[in-house]
Amino acid sequence: MITLIDGLSLGSIYALIALGYTMVYGIAKMLNFAHGDIIMVGAYAIMVTLAATVSPIAAIVAAIVICTILGILVEKLAYKPLRGASPLAVLITAIGVSYFLQGLAQLVFGSQPKPVGSAWKLPAIEAINSLGITTAAAVTLVCGIIIMIALTLFINCTRTGSAMLAVSEDRGAAILMGVNVNKIISITFAIGSALAAFAGMFYLFQIPNTEPTLGAMPGITAFTAAVIGGIGSIPGAMVGGVLLGVIEKFCLASPLAPYTVAIKFSLLILILLVKPTGLLGKVVREKV
Amino acid sequence: MGKINIKIKPKHLVNYSIVLVMLLIGVVMLETGNLRPSIAQLFTQIGYSIILAVSLNFVVGFLGELSLGHAGFMCVGAYIGGLSAVMLKQALGASAKLPVLVIAMLIGGLSAAVFGFVIGLPSLRLKGDYLAIVTLAFGEIVRNVFMNQKIFGGARGLTTGSLTYDTRRAPTLFIVTFIVALVMLIIIQNIVRSKHGRAITAIRDNEIAAKAMGINVTFYKLFVFIVAAFFAGCAGVIYAHTTTPVLYTFFSYNYSIEILVMVVLGGMGSITGSIFSAMFITIVNFMLQSQLSGDLASLRNLIYAVILIVVVVFSNAPALKSFREKYSLGALFAKLFRGKLSDPAKRKDDEAKWDRVPTKIKMDALLSTDLNVDYTPARPEDLNGGKEGK
Repeated sequence: MITLIDGLSLGSIYALIALGYTMVYGIAKMLNFAHGDIIMVGAYAIMVTLAATVSPIAAIVAAIVICTILGILVEKLAYKPLRGASPLAVLITAIGVSYFLQGLAQLVFGSQPKPVGSAWKLPAIEAINSLGITTAAAVTLVCGIIIMIALTLFINCTRTGSAMLAVSEDRGAAILMGVNVNKIISITFAIGSALAAFAGMFYLFQIPNTEPTLGAMPGITAFTAAVIGGIGSIPGAMVGGVLLGVIEKFCLASPLAPYTVAIKFSLLILILLVKPTGLLGKVVREKV
Repeated sequence: MGKINIKIKPKHLVNYSIVLVMLLIGVVMLETGNLRPSIAQLFTQIGYSIILAVSLNFVVGFLGELSLGHAGFMCVGAYIGGLSAVMLKQALGASAKLPVLVIAMLIGGLSAAVFGFVIGLPSLRLKGDYLAIVTLAFGEIVRNVFMNQKIFGGARGLTTGSLTYDTRRAPTLFIVTFIVALVMLIIIQNIVRSKHGRAITAIRDNEIAAKAMGINVTFYKLFVFIVAAFFAGCAGVIYAHTTTPVLYTFFSYNYSIEILVMVVLGGMGSITGSIFSAMFITIVNFMLQSQLSGDLASLRNLIYAVILIVVVVFSNAPALKSFREKYSLGALFAKLFRGKLSDPAKRKDDEAKWDRVPTKIKMDALLSTDLNVDYTPARPEDLNGGKEGK
């Protein structure tokens, strides 16, 4: 039961990151490899602001603002010039951006893990903690669910959300209907990066250390989650993320613990072999 | 595969001679006693980097599929080849150095090829981004599995100390490495030149059209993955001979990216480019390693990242197309020699650069009435620009 809650809480972190991948893929038709490293930037932003202001709220706000701006900046500088170029070129550029952010963080902060600081602590909640569930897990799970509901409402009930759906459905037709595609893509990157900042925050609740490669493994795992759920599908990313989180925690609690990474990724390969578009992905017919 | 027909073309000769010249410099330095062990090791590193870069280029530049698991194949080769070399050495004795290396390389290469086959299988069903993520997953799985095997030393890595080659007494591993690189160049260049190579580049340029022309896409995709994995495995065995312990952390996703940087920097689809950039990056690494220490070493990653982004954006951005055509290396050469190189219609197929791939999209736009296939309206001059004129 505790493993399940832990898994769900880890899964909701993965789901938040996976949402960023999947939204960008749905709308810009590209894999944003640098997404995981935006989590890392968010974590460093929290650390630095916390050291300066000692206020966790300020740190969280700063992280969200910085990540959002960074997301838009990366899109404008690295990805926009390549719109219409071959997907491989875009993918390699995204890998380059990821490498760049990691290298920059290493240069500025050093490669050793750094503690976030003592101000970064959640209060103990007796009612939950007595059940063996950590406050971090509970907060992550609850906030994760709230964010996911809010995102679903935003996409389904606002004009911008409908425009995003329209662009991901059929970009050509959306342009004809007067949707400003450039703006929508920027908004998507902004939302995705803000979600990454949240993920970075939850991550720090669980492991209060920052390091330059912090985003790499959660990033790749969440990416796997997005692909398992069917990339481009928002409910798919949530399902995939939660699934992987639960599986990871159960693996870690079982004798198979050393093989957790292998199991996670084998699951990806298996699912893609059976269903090449992921669990909830749309089947796109190949046209000549 | 029919009749084997190996020809030496002038363009291939350039590549062979680069490797031969490196080999010659090494041998001369060895004979005159100027070859320090660290330099011998640099030569070996250059050799296996060339092997890795060219074999990855075979997948990325010629088949057109992105593989992010090349270090994974190298890992398989290093662990399995390294272990078999250690065992062979015990069985055959210390005098049989060369046979041990050759047999170990075959074992390592073949086992990597088996993995190449396994990872090639999903490539039949997946493509593009999905395949890239599966190869990445594969690299991580391999690392994770080897890390947990007691026989391979577990988390402490595989000890291959008894194999050490580049010692003061016998710095000769680089000779074998360059010979392997030469063999690989002969094989890959002749595949590319042959009818099979035409089929492979046809799959890259338009898979559906290639299928319609009766090309066995399944066979060729597997074939390319297996060949590339084999040579990456060989490079892994060489690596196992230079380093002890062979540690799983070395073969991380970052190393796959480093090989990819070599390929992209040299130009996807250009073997000469891969050779030069593999040499360049290995030498730069070697020099930076002694100059920069600690966290400053990350400056290297930063430089790679910038190179990767700038090169790809510059050579692929649609907005820079006319600029590129004016100032590209090919156009400059054409100006110098007044050759036919600048006319894309007259370029030979295997000289075709990566920039031909977007024709895939135009082809789709031409043939489909569906809007969502192509977002940028095709200009008439693009559609009958003569690039696909044959």
